[in-house]
Amino acid sequence: MTALASPSTGVGSLVDQFQFGLDAPICLTWELTYACNLACVHCLSSSGRRDPRKLSTAECRAVIDELERMQVFYVNIGGGEPTVRPDFGELVDYATEHHVGVKFSTNGVKITSEIARRLAASYYVDVQISLDGATADVNDAVRGTGSYATALQAMRNLADAGFTGFKVSVVVTRHNAGQLDEFESVTDSFGAQLRLTRLRPSGRGADVWDELHPAAAQQRDLYDWLLAHGEHVLTGDSFFHLAGYGESLPGLNLCGAGRVVCLIDPVGDVYACPFAIHENFLAGNVRSPGGFQRV
Amino acid sequence: MTVCAVSTEVVADRAAVRFDLDGAWQLHPQVSIRSERFGALLYHFGTRRLSFLKSPTLLAVVRGLKSERSARTACAAAGVAAPDMPSYTSALATLAASNVICERSLG
Repeated sequence: MTALASPSTGVGSLVDQFQFGLDAPICLTWELTYACNLACVHCLSSSGRRDPRKLSTAECRAVIDELERMQVFYVNIGGGEPTVRPDFGELVDYATEHHVGVKFSTNGVKITSEIARRLAASYYVDVQISLDGATADVNDAVRGTGSYATALQAMRNLADAGFTGFKVSVVVTRHNAGQLDEFESVTDSFGAQLRLTRLRPSGRGADVWDELHPAAAQQRDLYDWLLAHGEHVLTGDSFFHLAGYGESLPGLNLCGAGRVVCLIDPVGDVYACPFAIHENFLAGNVRSPGGFQRV
Repeated sequence: MTVCAVSTEVVADRAAVRFDLDGAWQLHPQVSIRSERFGALLYHFGTRRLSFLKSPTLLAVVRGLKSERSARTACAAAGVAAPDMPSYTSALATLAASNVICERSLG
């Protein structure tokens, strides 16, 4: 981020400004569907089955129209597996035609060579492939048999299509915390960028927390690894709690809930934080009068 | 499930202060700009970096680049006073270094 000081204004730091909130979110997490071809043991949204009340194509288009009016720079589309929605390609095209960038998270199941070429053609699109093990055995134990091969094939297709800088997103667990260097070399081999996030006890993540959360010694190693590699690795500020070990890690070190981020779920409910999907944090629904902007 | 990763794309560009004030500049075609009460937010779809303009005057300078003959005339049109020119030049240099603005011949 480029913070530009201008002595004539006297406004505070970037973080000071964000504490007051912005006119609209910078980016927004949108879970298009809870349907998924996988059933990862740590899934935050307990995905697997589609919700029959999910937003229709027309309703999704209306949300995108609003995001364009509010000048939200981009949406992070997830799920579920968003690419299993039959109208997924159409919605991505609709968003980019309306200058709303799309970054979507996928297990790679629909990223064929042809789709990869289409995705590579637009600079408004970014792709994040989920991988939870640098080897098939570690990955597939969490994400399901064959999911490692699927993810690697998707990465190969993207790289062959000339899509550089796509993201490889890893939830750090007790079983893969020792594979950080391997993750980096897999990612580098495809010209992609590594993204590490923390295991969260949300959805099914709560059920497997005790077996999967990294042990204390691993947290310490992770912290040291991030200090050494942090400038090249994205973390979404996931590990700012580890700053207690010493220096702050690269990042904003601030909770952006409702200020710079928020979430829309498949049925149109809006939450301030993507990890606290509970009725206490429900801000409203995009189907209600006034739509998302009102919320 | 995905999370906003804006916060990690934080890299302070402490770039060279050299900047061609008499050159013709423009906002990079892949940059979106949004006014905020403190100035503006800019998002570059090519580099996926967010930038931050901390004054409405700087925003006016950046918006004026394309129609003005040079960065210097854009500053004048936005009402930048002579004593403030060094800090605006430095801000423009930072924007150029992160490719948020580019020379018009290259855009």
